[in-house]
Amino acid sequence: MFTWGNFISQCFNGLVLGALLALISSGLTIIYGTLGVLNLAHGAMFMLGGYAGWVAYTYTGSFIVAVAAGAIFVMLVGVVTERLIIRHFYARPHEDQLLVTFGLGIVFVELVRYFFGSLSKTVPPPQALAGITPLGFMVYPTYRLALLGIVTVALLALYFILYRTRIGMIVRAGIEDAVMVDSLGINIQKVFMLVFGIGAMAAGFAGIVNAPVVAVAPDVGDAILVQTFVVVVIGGVGSFPGAVLGGLIAGEIISLTSMFNPAYSYVMLFIAMTLVLVLRPYGLLGTVGRE
Amino acid sequence: MPTRQRAYIVEILTLLALIAAPFVLPHLGFAPATINRILIWGLVGIGFDLLFGFTGLLSFGQAAFFGTGGMFAAYLLTNTSFTNTIGATLIGTAVAGVVGYLIGLLALRRTGIYFAMITVAIAEVFFFLEFNPLSDYTGGENGLPGVPPPNLDLGFWSMTFGSNTQMYAFFAFWYFVGLVIALRIVRSPVGLLLRAIRDNPLRAQALGHNIHGYKLTVFVVAAMYAGFAGSLLGMLQGFMPPDAFMFHTSGEIVMQTAIGGAGWLFGPLLGAAVWLYLADFFQITLDLGASWKLVLGIVFVLLVVFLRHGLVGAIVDLWRLARPARPSAPPSEPARAAATRVQAAAQSRHKSTRSTSGPILQVSGLTKRYGGLVANSDIDFSVDHGEIRGIIGPNGAGKSTFFKMLTCEVKPSSGRIVFDGRDITAMSVSDACQLGLTKSYQINQLFDRLTVRQNLAIAALGELRGKFKLDLLKSLPKVPGLDPQVESTAALVHLEDRLDTPVAELAYGEKRRLEIGLALATSPSLLLLDEPLAGMSPQERVETVALLKAIAAGRTMIVIDHDMDALFELVGKVTVLQEGRLLVEGTPDEIRSNAEVQEAYLGGIHEEAGAE
Repeated sequence: MFTWGNFISQCFNGLVLGALLALISSGLTIIYGTLGVLNLAHGAMFMLGGYAGWVAYTYTGSFIVAVAAGAIFVMLVGVVTERLIIRHFYARPHEDQLLVTFGLGIVFVELVRYFFGSLSKTVPPPQALAGITPLGFMVYPTYRLALLGIVTVALLALYFILYRTRIGMIVRAGIEDAVMVDSLGINIQKVFMLVFGIGAMAAGFAGIVNAPVVAVAPDVGDAILVQTFVVVVIGGVGSFPGAVLGGLIAGEIISLTSMFNPAYSYVMLFIAMTLVLVLRPYGLLGTVGRE
Repeated sequence: MPTRQRAYIVEILTLLALIAAPFVLPHLGFAPATINRILIWGLVGIGFDLLFGFTGLLSFGQAAFFGTGGMFAAYLLTNTSFTNTIGATLIGTAVAGVVGYLIGLLALRRTGIYFAMITVAIAEVFFFLEFNPLSDYTGGENGLPGVPPPNLDLGFWSMTFGSNTQMYAFFAFWYFVGLVIALRIVRSPVGLLLRAIRDNPLRAQALGHNIHGYKLTVFVVAAMYAGFAGSLLGMLQGFMPPDAFMFHTSGEIVMQTAIGGAGWLFGPLLGAAVWLYLADFFQITLDLGASWKLVLGIVFVLLVVFLRHGLVGAIVDLWRLARPARPSAPPSEPARAAATRVQAAAQSRHKSTRSTSGPILQVSGLTKRYGGLVANSDIDFSVDHGEIRGIIGPNGAGKSTFFKMLTCEVKPSSGRIVFDGRDITAMSVSDACQLGLTKSYQINQLFDRLTVRQNLAIAALGELRGKFKLDLLKSLPKVPGLDPQVESTAALVHLEDRLDTPVAELAYGEKRRLEIGLALATSPSLLLLDEPLAGMSPQERVETVALLKAIAAGRTMIVIDHDMDALFELVGKVTVLQEGRLLVEGTPDEIRSNAEVQEAYLGGIHEEAGAE
């Protein structure tokens, strides 16, 4: 039942989930913004990150190695996928891109199921971050607090890459006009490969750092993919700030609704999306023409 | 498009195939229950193909309608005294249609990937609603058991379709009905407009069609097909499974259609056959266990990568390769063409106007700002009935923006446009076209995957049927006046020998003429031509100027072009725009000798400014 303690703790949960969704959605949105491809395998990338991390953890017992393994493995998967398959789809219709990434998502999920089975795997948080932390007004799981910090740092890193580096400038220019960037003598093909890798890595990283909170299973990415779509629709396609804002909004809606009845969290999310579509069809921070 | 004498061949062949299937397929290793499932997926797929293959709207949310229709029918049959399975199926279909209408209102606010994402999200909401809040009605994760097999009760005689074979007869009958209806839709004016929306939605709108209405229509139709098939699913299995609502169900509909080939109506059936056969084969014959999905996923990715148009598309391609190419019609003699053209021009129609003399178009204070950039500033402009007006101006003078405001493609920041006595400033581009004001584009805006005849028909239908009409089951050739209008317009733009050629195979000059033909086929009372000579060779220019002269007889036109010699030969009066302002108006001779105009063109210092 409703108590203020419960409310604040759910607000915190919403913040953690929101930051996580923001990170995953940023990956999706910069890939879409730059390459023009909506990656329906993005949820599977999230799942792959969790599994790669779990494997690394099983062998080394180190959480940090697990996180690095999750992020780097998924980045490599992204780069290889882009080189082998996605690259051939830039000139093909959007529908074909959706079909092929949807198929790739199934292949990733079923590959994992084939090798690791359908049962979920857990990665415990590192010893130092286990247990709970008293915050004065409430006690809160230490790892979730840490997770908020970790994801915030990752988002800042992504922000730094996008807005403060040469490559980020090229990516942002590519979002505005990829043909123009190409004709300025910049190798846009390489940039595309890199962007796909970074976008995938954002999902993979989120997948492994979230593994101590929600156990990894082959279909863990499905729900994430749907939530990511809502985030992107709310925030505006191709907009990094939009992904962050949309992520936080979606995270709070899901958490606060769960406090009363988890079954309605999707309904509330859907209502929020509807409101945005009716009032601001291009998303809160979106721009006309990026679709 | 099939010619009339072959019109029913598809239906007859389908009927024969449906009769033969239960005798042939078991020998190929299909289990009887699998054959029935193929029909159900094929039925969902017919609706989905109308939506995706014909209209270009890729929905990943069909499971919402499949599940809703199925659950509704199953609930009626298991928890109420309702026993009529056909009645329950029809009610399930109707409910899916209503739900489809409501969701369509929302999802169709956007296109492309946004549309795909919104449909995914909405379908997921349905899944959660089914699973939790509505579990008292839907059985939650258990689904609804005890759905009776299909029955037919005629009062004096009743029958239950209990066995696999009987069910096959029942499902095959409904598949056939569904297919016949879909074929009629495809061959109706609406069916052609759906393809127009797929190829070029903006032009379809500019030709006077309410494309949102047609998109909503096909969305509802697809939802009804899904609801219908969902209702049958419960009867086939004896229970209504909750996983009908899952994202994977939507995904399978999409994948089966992609495997079979979109845009043929049969693709989903073939895709479902391949999909379910392989699923059985991998699971039972090869004993792959759970990894059958992995193999199917890989097969699917390979098919999307290498077989762009699916299996039906591949078969059609092979068929075309095997048959010798039809010789294309030789271009006709220019002299004959010119003669036909003049004749056709005399016959070509235009919408009647309220007034017949004085100004047909009056523009006052028209201004358009893009942020800080003023593209058009305070333009006053007027054109009389029967006048041929030219507009010139250096690049960036705001000519194209001016035209876009006249045709209501772009809303002016301020000012007023009065056409034939009506204020059209706030109207939509399709309404403006319906009133008789249309434009041919500077860059060709054609329906590339359709033939010249179909392109012209899309334009003519705007005038002949109005903005929106639900003649879903009417045969396209039966639209009164369509054939003469298409043929006379084709003759006018000298494409009468190319009527059945796909646009993609036309030469550039021919496409350019078709572009003008599209505008003409709407029978405009005021025709705007945005750089009709752009990109043409000198020879093509001469021909096109002759064409424009032929069109000009008895018509009001405004023409933008950079080729001043050609333009001055054509028009009675010229308006010069510069930097978004009206510089000067006058006869061609006055404009030629005007010092300001010479300054604007030759001074050159302002040429880079502004955007067009």
